Amino acid sequence: MLRLDVLATAYFFVTVGAAMVLRVMSWSPLMDTLNPDWIVLVLIYWSIALPERFGVFSALSIGLLTDVLTGRLLGQYALIYALICYFSINEHRRLRQFPMLQQCLFVFFCLLGQQMIIFGTESMQAGNRLSLSFWYPVLTGTLVWPLVFVVLRYIRVMARIV
Amino acid sequence: MALLVSISLLIIDYRSERLDRLRSLLSIFTYPLQSIASVPVDFYHAVSGTVISFVELQKENQRLKAVQFENDAKLLKLAALEKENTRLRMLLENSFQLGEQVLVAELVSVKLAPYEHTVVVNKGSRFGVHAEQPVLDANGIVGQVVRALPSSSEVMLITDPDHAIPVQVNRNGLRTIAFGTGQPNRLHLPFLANNADIVPGDLLVTSGLGGVFPAGYPVAVVDKFEARPDKSFANIYATPKAELDKSREFLIVWSHSTPVVLGEQGKASVAPDAKEAEHVAP
Repeated sequence: MLRLDVLATAYFFVTVGAAMVLRVMSWSPLMDTLNPDWIVLVLIYWSIALPERFGVFSALSIGLLTDVLTGRLLGQYALIYALICYFSINEHRRLRQFPMLQQCLFVFFCLLGQQMIIFGTESMQAGNRLSLSFWYPVLTGTLVWPLVFVVLRYIRVMARIV
Repeated sequence: MALLVSISLLIIDYRSERLDRLRSLLSIFTYPLQSIASVPVDFYHAVSGTVISFVELQKENQRLKAVQFENDAKLLKLAALEKENTRLRMLLENSFQLGEQVLVAELVSVKLAPYEHTVVVNKGSRFGVHAEQPVLDANGIVGQVVRALPSSSEVMLITDPDHAIPVQVNRNGLRTIAFGTGQPNRLHLPFLANNADIVPGDLLVTSGLGGVFPAGYPVAVVDKFEARPDKSFANIYATPKAELDKSREFLIVWSHSTPVVLGEQGKASVAPDAKEAEHVAP
């Protein structure tokens, strides 16, 4: 049981770390504007899969790290991730039963809410002139959700984490 | 509860700088992640630097030699000019010269937010870097440091939509402010009248006003002047001199805020660190 705990935590941190690397990786200007927020996708997956292990506070601390990683106002991503994890943990029974399309819809609205909060805090700091491309990660994030879901579930089943 | 914590963090960080220590503590964990993310791009540059044809290398070598020769000739004159400048300034009796120190920093290839023009470099507060320091490359002003973490710092480029830099036209000293546009390689000068004496091809240099950027460094070249008779100001665009999207090495500059006073009349001694830019790191 203890071994399983350690294993689950290790997998959690490795996947979140990989998501953080993907989040800041820079391939080309086009890819940069399309790059979805991988971290939130991974967090949504873990809060659906293991809601009794990972709660709102682990999401909060990951959010704080993300704030430092991307140089935002401290607390911006912490707030967003805590909120999104709260909703996904609340709804995890229903989300597990949902077909992929409905899951994607849920992820879409999570990402939309996230981008709206970011818009709010960013315009608090400076009069931003954000272009349409600001909203692209919402769409790409929704599109890559099935991939993230399948890959993470494969890893979890392989490692027999329940 | 978590909501309260994060909202209070947001407000504290927005209002004050008390959370900077927490941020630098957390950056110990995030900096390795940034370095990992930058590995593929660095690897690509390393490979394309190593795998280069003999002919190209030869050509580059010839070109560099020619440039070196030219620069040497210019430097010969520079020493004499500097002496003359010092003498003339001493005649005016309010003579001083600003000393400058530079530190070479390398780019960490990560993208923090796609809608911002902010880059990360690999020198931080452990090297004495602090916010509001100007950053240059070999061709001109790149931007300024907005946040210094222990082992990295974030540099806002002059093309960021939130960035403004005080400039003057090198030809006639006309002063104005250049704003970033959010497009790479485009600056906007919105505060010049329709009859202002500025033409495409004019070099814009820093004016030294505002206290962040030292005076006299090249910033951009005006490439478009569009008079708007129905408005009070003209539409002017400029292209930055620095290769913002190509450079991988930057210079972080310390300009001594207190001027170094030159020697008394007759004693033409210049303070040692005021003589020329001094290299701190290789």
